[in-house]
Amino acid sequence: MIKSELIAELAQANPHLYQRDVERIVNTIFEEITEALARGDRVELRGFGTFSVKVRPARLGRNPRTGEPVQVPAKHVPYFKCGKELRERLNE
Amino acid sequence: MSEHTLTRADLTEAVYEEVGLSRNESAQLVESVLQMMMDRLIAGENVKISSFGSFLVRQKGERIGRNPKTGVEVPISPRRVVVFRPSQILKSRISESLDSSS
Repeated sequence: MIKSELIAELAQANPHLYQRDVERIVNTIFEEITEALARGDRVELRGFGTFSVKVRPARLGRNPRTGEPVQVPAKHVPYFKCGKELRERLNE
Repeated sequence: MSEHTLTRADLTEAVYEEVGLSRNESAQLVESVLQMMMDRLIAGENVKISSFGSFLVRQKGERIGRNPKTGVEVPISPRRVVVFRPSQILKSRISESLDSSS
């Protein structure tokens, strides 16, 4: 399923809404999660899962061509942990 | 980093402010989106949200685990798991906002 199919399915289930509003609803949900993560916040959606930001600590890397050590700075990366209900329903 | 946790209520509020619907209907729409995504994942389908990321269903084979308390080996049955692969856009937005620029 891709985003346009999700929008189409939601529009079909809600025939009283304009297609344009359904699009805004779906985009708002993912934009809100993105903004929360960009602030360093967590997003906990019980049953579905939790989005959070993890810190990859700074480390000493190596230039693969020259073998020279280089400092790789700490990096923030998004992380998703599947919720209990979804995990259980995947394996019923 | 002041960590705060958002929930369905915050997503509902964002939808409510964006579209002129009631809070109750906004809440139902947020719930529908999550349910529709979960139904596809449970059916074994991947869900790809452009500019956000992909939720992929992966099949894990049986492996031998260990009870960390007793050290007894136990087989872990084959199972399906969902992994999230963030899009480059999502990764950049987080990185640009939180990584120190030095």
